[in-house]
Formats: sequence, C-alpha cells, structure tokens
Amino acid sequence: MAKRIEVSDLNIYYGNFLAVEGVNVSIEPRSITALIGPSGCGKSTFLRSINRMHEVLPGARVEGKVVMDGQDLYGSDVDPVDVRRQIGMVFQRPNPFPTMSIYDNVIAGNRLNNKRMKRAETDELVERSLRGANLWNEVKDRLDRPGSGLSGGQQQRLCIARAIAVEPDVLLMDEPCSALDPISTLAIEDLMTELKERFTIVIVTHNMQQAARVSEQTGFFNLNGVGQPGRLIEFNPTEKIFSNPDEKATEDYISGRFG
Amino acid sequence: MSTDTQAAPPAATPQEGPVRVQRKLPRYAPFGLFAGGVAVGAALSALTGFSVISTVVYGVVLGTVAVYAASRAVEGRRKATDRLVTSLVTTAFGIAMVPLVSLVWTVLDNGLARFDGQFFSNSMYRVVGEGGGAYHAVLGTLIITALATAISVPIGLMAAIYLVEYGTGRLKKAITFFVDVMTGIPSIVAGLFAFALFTLLFGNDFRAGVMGAVALSVLMIPVVVRSCEEVLKLVPNELREASYALGVPKWRTVMKVVLPTAVAGLGTGITLAVARVVGETAPLLITVGLITGTNLNPFDGRMATLPVFAYYQLTQPGVNEQAFLDRAWTAALLLIILVMALNVVARLISRFFAPTTGR
Amino acid sequence: MTVTKAPTEPPAQQRTIRRPGDRIFAGAARGSGIFILLVLAGVAAFLISEAIPAFTASSEEIPGGEGLGDYVWPLIAGTLLGAVIALLVATPLAVGIALYVTYYAPRRIATALGYVIDLLAAIPSVVYGFWGLAVLAKQLVPFHEWLDDTLGFIPFFAGPASTTGRTMLTVGLVLAVMILPIISAIAREVFGQAPALHREAALALGATRWEMIRMAVLPYGKSGVIAGAMLGLGRALGETMAVAIILSGGAGATLNVISNSSPSTIASNIALRFPEATGLGVNTLIASGLVLFVITLAVNMLARWVVNRRADFSGAN
Repeated sequence: MAKRIEVSDLNIYYGNFLAVEGVNVSIEPRSITALIGPSGCGKSTFLRSINRMHEVLPGARVEGKVVMDGQDLYGSDVDPVDVRRQIGMVFQRPNPFPTMSIYDNVIAGNRLNNKRMKRAETDELVERSLRGANLWNEVKDRLDRPGSGLSGGQQQRLCIARAIAVEPDVLLMDEPCSALDPISTLAIEDLMTELKERFTIVIVTHNMQQAARVSEQTGFFNLNGVGQPGRLIEFNPTEKIFSNPDEKATEDYISGRFG
Repeated sequence: MSTDTQAAPPAATPQEGPVRVQRKLPRYAPFGLFAGGVAVGAALSALTGFSVISTVVYGVVLGTVAVYAASRAVEGRRKATDRLVTSLVTTAFGIAMVPLVSLVWTVLDNGLARFDGQFFSNSMYRVVGEGGGAYHAVLGTLIITALATAISVPIGLMAAIYLVEYGTGRLKKAITFFVDVMTGIPSIVAGLFAFALFTLLFGNDFRAGVMGAVALSVLMIPVVVRSCEEVLKLVPNELREASYALGVPKWRTVMKVVLPTAVAGLGTGITLAVARVVGETAPLLITVGLITGTNLNPFDGRMATLPVFAYYQLTQPGVNEQAFLDRAWTAALLLIILVMALNVVARLISRFFAPTTGR
Repeated sequence: MTVTKAPTEPPAQQRTIRRPGDRIFAGAARGSGIFILLVLAGVAAFLISEAIPAFTASSEEIPGGEGLGDYVWPLIAGTLLGAVIALLVATPLAVGIALYVTYYAPRRIATALGYVIDLLAAIPSVVYGFWGLAVLAKQLVPFHEWLDDTLGFIPFFAGPASTTGRTMLTVGLVLAVMILPIISAIAREVFGQAPALHREAALALGATRWEMIRMAVLPYGKSGVIAGAMLGLGRALGETMAVAIILSGGAGATLNVISNSSPSTIASNIALRFPEATGLGVNTLIASGLVLFVITLAVNMLARWVVNRRADFSGAN
C-alpha cells in the first residue's frame, strides 16, 4: 500500500510570490520522513503541495513534478480530489467535524463521498480505524457523542483515524502535536511508529527531538532572508542530520545557533 | 487636540481642605435634582392645563437644567458638561422608546376588540358591515410569503456561497456592492418592477399572487445574501481543509460540511429576512390587490394579503365604519405578532441549533 | 490505486481538471450571483420600458394636463421635504441612542436595549401609518398651531395650521422614527469599534466620559454616522404606506409643512393612484417610480461607497 514519492524541481507560488524553490527529494515508503526548519521557510507549504492541498488557496500554484509510483500527481489528467484520497493529511489543530458524532467523523471520508456501505462494514471500518489510531478503547462506549467533546489529544487521534479510514497510501502530518500536551504527544508518536508499517509518513515538526525520535529521514528547510523563497537545504538520514550534517546551516539550526 | 483645559485648577487638588473634598455631587444627588425638576415641571404643566406630555417635556428639560446647574456650581464646568451629555443621551434613548411603547399600546388597545375566532375563520366574502374576518388574507400572506421565500432562499444562498467559497476579483466586488445597494430599493419600486415584468409577459390585466411573490423576492434576496454570507464566513477554514484532505470534492464539502455547520445561522438569517418582507404592503397593493373571497391559487387572480387588507379596511371603510376600523387594527396587531414571532423564532434557532463546540 | 491514467508531461500552465459535480455547483453559485445583478438591471430596464410612453406622450395626455415634468416635480419636492425632516430629527437622536447603548447604559442590559431599538425596524410600515394617523397626527395638532403662531414668518410654517395633523411635518416625524433604528444600528457598530487604546488613553489623561467620546469616539465614527444617515435617507425617500395613510392627498408644490395642502411623495402617490390608474396614467406613475428608483439608487450607492471606504481604512488600523 505504502508508496514512494519523487519530487523534482518543485517551485511553489502564492500568486506571483515564489514561496518554495527547487525542491528535489525522494520519500521512501514505509518510513517516516521529518521536515524541520524555522517558521515561514515553506515546509508546510511543501507538505501541502504533495497532496495538492496548496492549490485550494486562491492564486496558489505549483511548477515541477511530484511523482508517486511512476505517476505525476500534477499531470493534466489527474484529478486533485483523487490525489487527496490517496494521500491523507492531519493538521496542526485537531479539526473534527463539529456537526458529526465520533462514529460519523471516522467514516466522514466515505459518507461525504456518498459511498454506499453496509452497516456491518462501516462498524468494522470504524473499529479498525479507531484501533489503528489507538483510540478505540477510550471511545468505544460513546461513539454517538460529538467528536468535539474529546480532549485535544483524543481529537487529534480521531482525525488520524478519520484520515486512515479512507485507506490512503501516504499520510501527511502538519505539526500534528504542536497543539497537544506532552503525554498526548507521546501517544501520537507511538502511533506514528505503528502506522509506518502500513503508510508512507511525512511529518512537519518544529520539535527537533520529535524528528530525531520518530523519523528515518530528515529534510531541513531554510530561507536566506525575508521575501526570499524557502529551499530544501539538506536531506539525509535522521541520524546523520543530527550527528554530522553536510551543511553548516543545518548544524547551526540544530545546535540552536540559528539566526 | 481641542480639549477644554480651562477646568478650575482647584479641582485637581482636592486635598486642600474639607470644602474641596466635597467638590463632587453625592451619588444620588443627580436623581434627586432631576426628580425636583420633574416636580416643578408638573406644577408648571398644571398651570397651563395639566397633560402628561407637557409634564414630561417640562420635567425632563427642568431636571436636566437643574442637574447641570448644580454640577456646574459644585463640580466645575467639565464635569457639568459631562453630566449634561449623560442626560441628553439618556433622553434620546427615552424619546425613542415613546413611539415604540405608544405604538404597541395603541395597536393592542384597538386590535384586541376583534381578535376572536371569527376573525381567523371567516373571509370578507359578502360581508358589508360587522363580522367577517381575515381568514383569506392570512392564508394569502402565508402563500405569497412562502412563494417569495422559495424563490429567494435558493438564489440568495447560492449567491452567498459564490461570494464566500468561489468568488474572486471584480465579479465578487460587483455582486457585493450591488447587493448592498439593492437592500435600499424602495418596496414600491420592487412592486412596479413586478408589475412591469408581468404586464410585458402576460398583458395588462394579469393579476396573480406570484407577482407579489416576485416583488417581495426582489426585496428579500439581498437580505438573504448578506446574512448568509456573514454566517458562511464564520465557518472555520480548517473544516473545509479537513474535508478536502479526505478527498471530498469542493461542492460536497460545501453541501455536507459548510452548510450543516452553519445551519443555525442560516436559519436565523432567513427567518429574519422573512420577517422583513411579511409586513410589506406597497408592492402587494399595486400587484396582487385585494379580494373579499378566498383565493388559494397564487398563479391566477387577485389575492388578499394581511397588510393590504388592513390598509383598505382603514382607508375605505363601508357602512359600519367602526367594524372596518376594528378589523383594520386587528390585522395590524396580527402583523406585529407575526413579525415579533418570527424574530423570536430566529433567536431560538440560533440558540438551539448552534453546533456544540467542545473548545 | 484509483488514479489509473498513465503519467503525461504537464504543460507549463495546465488547468486543473474539475469534476462535473464541482463544475455544475460552482456554475450554479456563480449564476445566482450574476442573476442578482441581472435582477437589478432588470428593475431599471422594465421600469424604463414601461415609462417610455409617458416620456413620449404629449403634455395634455399626462394626468393633470401639464406634462410629465409638472406632474413629477411637486412629488419630488414632497419626497425630499419629508425625507429631510426625518433625517434632521433622526440623526441626532440616533447618535444619542447609539452613544447611550455603547457607552452609557449598564453593561448587562446594553445588548437588550439595542435589541429593543431594533424592534422599531421590525414593525411593518403600514402599522406605522396607522399609528401616525390615529395617535401622532392628533397629538401634534397643538404643536402645529404653536409653530404657526410663533414661527409663521418662516415659509415652512406659513400655515394655516392643519386641524387634523395630517401634514408633511407629521409624516417627517413618523419617517424619523422609522429610520431611527437604521442610523443607530450603524452608529452603534462604528462607535463600538472605536479603538480601545485611544479611549483608554483619553481616560488615562483624566478626560471625563464625554471628553473621551468627543476625542476618541466621535472622530472615529463620523463617516459611519454619515453613511448610516444616508442609508436612512434612502429608506425615508422610498417609504410608501406610512406616507400614503397619513397624507390625505397631494396638492401643489409648497414648502409649507404644517398645512393640509402639503405635497405628496412619489411613493405614496403611486400607492394611492396605481390601483385605479389606467392607460397612460399607469405609465406616468411608473415614470415617477423610475425617478424615485434613480434617486434612491444614487443615495444608496453613495452611502455604500462611504461605508466601504471606511472599511478599507479600518482594515489598516
């Protein structure tokens, strides 16, 4: 299920403003790739361009190629909606649908697309997804309660359950723990380690310990100055980035000597 | 800055002596002085032939002057001006309450006489004097308003969706601007438009409830657009993104995520829009007209509506004048009740249908 | 694997493909927006097309026999007269109400008081007409006489004072009550938005509440009040039923606002004459409606322009 993603010469624009320039990277299947870097360097923008979420903003566009298992996701005959069904996403702030119960939130991807399913099938899917998100035991008795009644960490795991319920190949996570307390953060990190057996995971994080703890590969984004485009400075195995990076800028950032 | 800085210097140093410490009116002094002014006003009014109106007018003026003078003497010019403005501003609010209270009282007083079962069960068919009712007009108002709502809500809601979810550039700006301008179209002009439109289509003698519904829609659509637009803007963008990220197309996201999340606000806005047009008279007067019998088909012939019924009962009374006036006031009372009920319903919708947010 | 098409070279600027559902829905939304613009254009177009016979007819055929200009002119004067009285009375009151609700009323009940003022806007105009005729007109008769006695030298109050109170003055006061909630709602909004920093700075300098309002609130809210007053003016110009019920019927163009021979307004004249009008009479009334439409459109566009300009500025704050 998990797939490899090859990005080549990717330029990302907001209107006429070049936000991210010349990204070339290869993301391995069944592994966790972390993206780190200072605020505003374009790592979230890059993440959002992988599943074509970038272009939902007015005026936003992309040049270059993102190839998943031999297919260019930006090909002229590719429907962005199909891309997003294969590449799921978890956001910075947990965002369960406030009008839906926990149960309905999990199957929202199917429900919203009017996919007909038997009751037994959806029950099975909900349990499988919630178990996959390590949330089943906490919510199995109150599946009909609103999702917004859960704690922040539980809401985020509900969002992960919702994302994996549509059975994507890749899971993108945009600072999934930044709004959570340390214990919820640990729970999500454990979950990621389990999920990488089945999915290709890309995570944007500001927390370097987190990147070091969970990821196999790490990319470092940086920009030269305000108004300049962000760039991928270095992409290497996590161990190498944190012990012996190739670039001076990476070392400065990691050792806190940045800026 | 053009501030008044000539305040009496001693006011800034109240610690100089016991007299200085007292340079502030006691807390209840303004109320006492004001009451004194009102009492004198009542006396003055009694001299010139007592009336409630002159008592209140003299009283408020004298009370305000009394407070100002006392404050000026004790507290200085700046503080006195401040108190004067407080009186003026409070009076302004009080003045606005007078017509509201008077109007509601008058309508209740005159309208309750015929607020009976017959009024709601009989039409004016073959009624020349007493008796009769507004059964036909109530139904006509409901039918025409419902038709206007059925026309306005889809168009207004879709236009609001366009403005919030899709609109860009000049078309969005133009629609926003002209929707605002449209809210100011006089209702009689909307009526003339509907008349001209149907006259061109079906000839001079065509009359039907749908003409009124079209005229009301012209008035209603901009209100629906504005309120729905405000509500849709409040739906957090995160929810749209969550839906897109699940591979849901934009239109399904709008239909199944954005609209359900905003449903309480949309209900409130649409109800208020209905309340705004349900009492409209002028456009119905010149398009739908009035009949004495019951016509439930909005696509053929004149219909009776409550506002037009009230207008004609008042302005063109028949043999038994009082019977006509009573019916007119009861219709007016019913209109107010209808509008107020819609306002209350709108508030209830926003209170009870708001989605529960756990944050 | 749902994406099954073979990869192709992307052109430099490709269009995103959209599903049929999306295309239909977006088209319907956009179509509704355009439809509203068409309705507004349609209002103008249909009024013009039905007014043309009145423009081309000879003077004698127009009701009154003096031509369209002489027919419409007194009505325009009456319309403006009533609206101006309403505006002069309502604007200061509305500012006072807005200040009271935003800065003077006890916090706990301020919202409720604002809601009560909004109720004034909810009452149907025909009911205002009833009230104006049955209550206000009668109560104002002594006031009319007083104006005639003391201020009779001013052309507006030349008299003879009406004994029924069904005059342009009464109409203007009823219109003032009707536009009060419109002006005060907008004034309330802009006063409430006056920057807290400025207000607190004024208070910290030892200003009294009124000085704080004069320094920090009124300058900030001025354009909002102007825009609100113009929206109120637009409403007063087009108000129909209240005027039609209170005024007994039109006469010539006169500035006298306290006599029975006050001129009618465009809107009320249409409401009174339209049901019985035939032939060219209808066209003439529609032509006068077109004049009203143009006047209110101009006033509203100007008001919206002022509001939007202000919104642009406050965005920078």
